[in-house]
Amino acid sequence: MTKYSQIGKRVNMIGGTDKVTGNAKYTTDITLPGMLYGKILRSPHAHARILNIDTSRAEKMVGVKAVATGKDTIGMKQGIWRRFPELCDEEIVCRTKARFIGDPVASVAAVDEDTAEEALELIKVDYEVLPAVFDPMEAITEEAPQIHEGVELNINVNRHIEWGNVDDAFKKCDHVREDQFVCSSQAHMCMETHCAVSSFDYNRKLTVWTSTQSSYYIQVLLSGMLGMREGDIRVINPYTGGGFGSKFELDSAQFCSAILSKKVCKPVKVVLNRMEEFTATKRRTPMYYFVKLGAKKDGTLLAKEVRVITEGGAYTGMGATALYLTGFFSSFPYKFPNYRYDGYRAYTNTQPSSAMRGFGAPQSTFVGESQLDMMADDLGIDPIEIRRKNGMTPDYVVPGQAFIQSCGLHQCLDKIEAHIKERGKLPPNRGIGIAAYGFMSGGIFNWFDTPYSFSAAIVKINIDGKVDLFTGANEIGQGSDTTLSLICAEELGVKFDDIRIHSADTGICPADLGAWGSRQTLMSGNAVKMAAADAKRQILEFAAAKLGVNIVYDLDCKDCFIHLVDRPERGVSYYDIVKAAIRGKDGETIIGRGHYTPHRKGMISPAYSFGLQAVEVEVDTETGKYKLLNVTTAHDSGKVINPVGIEGQLEGAIMMAGGYGYCEDQPIDKNGKVLNAAIGDYQMIRSLDMPETKILEIDTFEPEGPFGAKEAGEGLTNPTAGAIGNAIYKAVGVRVNKLPITPEKVFRALREKEKKDKKKKNNKKK
Amino acid sequence: MKKILKITVNGQPYELLIKDKTLLLDVLRDHLGLTGAKRACDSGACGACTVILDGMAVKSCSVLALQADGAEVMTIEGLAKDNNLHPLQKAFLDHGAVQCGFCTPGMLMSAKALLDENPKPDKQQIKEGLDGHICRCTGYNSLVRAITDVVKGEYKEAK
Repeated sequence: MTKYSQIGKRVNMIGGTDKVTGNAKYTTDITLPGMLYGKILRSPHAHARILNIDTSRAEKMVGVKAVATGKDTIGMKQGIWRRFPELCDEEIVCRTKARFIGDPVASVAAVDEDTAEEALELIKVDYEVLPAVFDPMEAITEEAPQIHEGVELNINVNRHIEWGNVDDAFKKCDHVREDQFVCSSQAHMCMETHCAVSSFDYNRKLTVWTSTQSSYYIQVLLSGMLGMREGDIRVINPYTGGGFGSKFELDSAQFCSAILSKKVCKPVKVVLNRMEEFTATKRRTPMYYFVKLGAKKDGTLLAKEVRVITEGGAYTGMGATALYLTGFFSSFPYKFPNYRYDGYRAYTNTQPSSAMRGFGAPQSTFVGESQLDMMADDLGIDPIEIRRKNGMTPDYVVPGQAFIQSCGLHQCLDKIEAHIKERGKLPPNRGIGIAAYGFMSGGIFNWFDTPYSFSAAIVKINIDGKVDLFTGANEIGQGSDTTLSLICAEELGVKFDDIRIHSADTGICPADLGAWGSRQTLMSGNAVKMAAADAKRQILEFAAAKLGVNIVYDLDCKDCFIHLVDRPERGVSYYDIVKAAIRGKDGETIIGRGHYTPHRKGMISPAYSFGLQAVEVEVDTETGKYKLLNVTTAHDSGKVINPVGIEGQLEGAIMMAGGYGYCEDQPIDKNGKVLNAAIGDYQMIRSLDMPETKILEIDTFEPEGPFGAKEAGEGLTNPTAGAIGNAIYKAVGVRVNKLPITPEKVFRALREKEKKDKKKKNNKKK
Repeated sequence: MKKILKITVNGQPYELLIKDKTLLLDVLRDHLGLTGAKRACDSGACGACTVILDGMAVKSCSVLALQADGAEVMTIEGLAKDNNLHPLQKAFLDHGAVQCGFCTPGMLMSAKALLDENPKPDKQQIKEGLDGHICRCTGYNSLVRAITDVVKGEYKEAK
């Protein structure tokens, strides 16, 4: 018998058939009897005091059933960092002040969308326009307007990380570099915009169907904002059209639909349009990086000092986490003996910045990997070699921060080195750049202050042997339902098809923090594995009795056959035992329970993925245009549970992270308005621009993960921008320190270089 | 002003009373309950609402329903026949060309129209066929592999 019969199999995604036939119902497809349609009025000013809102004309309009403003809320401010009340700074519907263009000020529910939209135009808001500040560097000066009362210099959060003795270490370095980098913003651009259908009924209970990454968070945050008990709010997560970090905070669609529904006791649906999605949700955090890196002549890295200012936008959101993680991952994946990080998040009158796939690490990896290549170049050391010399190894301790168990970085280095050698000598203007990275498998720090375990699962065995798996984990397209079902099937010893999963419905599933921070495979996976083991134990008790085995033998189940571990041919059918067991238990259903919270694993995460990516580019030196030809990735995500899922995560990440490196950005005009708030204007990598992608498999085992698995979702978003920058340098010898690396910037850098080269030549002649 | 629209969708004829400005997408989703075609950009830029109108892949958010008067429309709901998935649907599943699935119906409609017009497209032609579509999950390459396998005859039409 092979070791595993279910995990590692290529299976069709759960829900896939619904998706390819058009039968999958997303929140945006839901229509309930008597349902109303809600629309949101948003501030046209980046910073303005709300003096008065006159809704009388809108209320009188035929077809309008409810109008809500900040006065209809209970006046709470919310934030996902619940442990820190000062970071709960968002009213969602503004009561006194709007802080960015797009901040909600009122909402309307009407019989149809057209009526609701017309009614918005009848709402008269008197604003006192205030001076606004958009640049985080300006926002932290004395002259800047104060965006939140009592927050001096608009500094929202600061974070400090330090180990070793950085100042002493720099003195011992043979070479020290100081560089600056700018990391741009990025839109999540989920295909399904934020949306919710809220139904508050006469029993004073609220049900919310919503496109979310965390049903549990939405339930809890709504409870706080509506003054309702958590148990009176049921959040259901239907098929969800992408998340990428944008959908685990309470958003305006959810909150406005809920307050409107509460006013009329009817279901209200709010679907943000694409313009709102681009301008009035949240986005990747732009960062200004100042980095100092010191090394010995032989390439040994001795010290790194990082200072970062992030553009926070109007509210905290998950920005505080991004600030911490960008600081931690700036040291990754290297063994810095001395390290110091100081990060500041500045409030600005722009769209709030928050979590987005990679969560601060794509920024730190772009910066760190660019600078490391610059250092290697200065020292005349090969980029692979400098990474090999300093790269993390298994069982490494990051002082005061993290304990790393499995680490396949060096295997990745070997594989990518072989790949580069295989490519041989490249034609002119072509280059391969590399970037190393790592990422967490779920976060440890409990800023949400949940009293529950981080993940939990229930396994129910039915009389016919079919299994119902209940988990609070959210399936948002990444394939967690599939991965968790594979884990359940493997542990229980049944077939993948025997599992029916019920996920992310707070009414029937145990609490789980949801799909963010690449946490579900490891954390929800561990909970599911524990629940399956618990159910299996109950079944095996009956099997042991039936088989009359000697007590020294262990029993297990595999492929629906319960057998002696040491004599696998001797056993009995799982299906027969289940029937007997349920009868034997007086008909009581067999239920297994599992939960997981990381303990004694440091500050950041219970486990880390590692990897190395090589990007090959071809640059047109006339125009600065370049093509992404090939992206080859060696990714260590521990034992692979769902190979089709990993391929999808990898290729998808290249599209998104390549876009971050190549073209995606959200520029604003002088009034703070986003300039490219439409899909046609927001540049992304499309099918024709997509490079060839290749995966090099790495074999590792993570002791903390279910069957040895760890994350594979976000880490893959980290390396691409840095690798693109390094590839362009290899190809044509120019470097762009400001994302995105557009052809225009490459063009300018090339002309600059030509000028310099000419000067040098002339000087030599003289 | 409301007008009568006669339209055949997935082989079923309908007669509907609709406003002049109603979009084909609205007719499909709101009047006929066919929610497979998705609204994702409001501007004909993402392809999620693609359906096949008289043999052509069109973005139904950019077609007035009355422009489709008398036409035959195929939506994603009409792709599987007699309870059997279409080869493209099977290939999409096997290749993991589906993740969140929001763009999938539109992608499948364009892929179907492409193969109907050109049963043997090469890789470049397949990529061009998908160019009007945004997928934020897959990175497109699995879609290209799936369609390529169908072109190669790896997936037989269900009998």
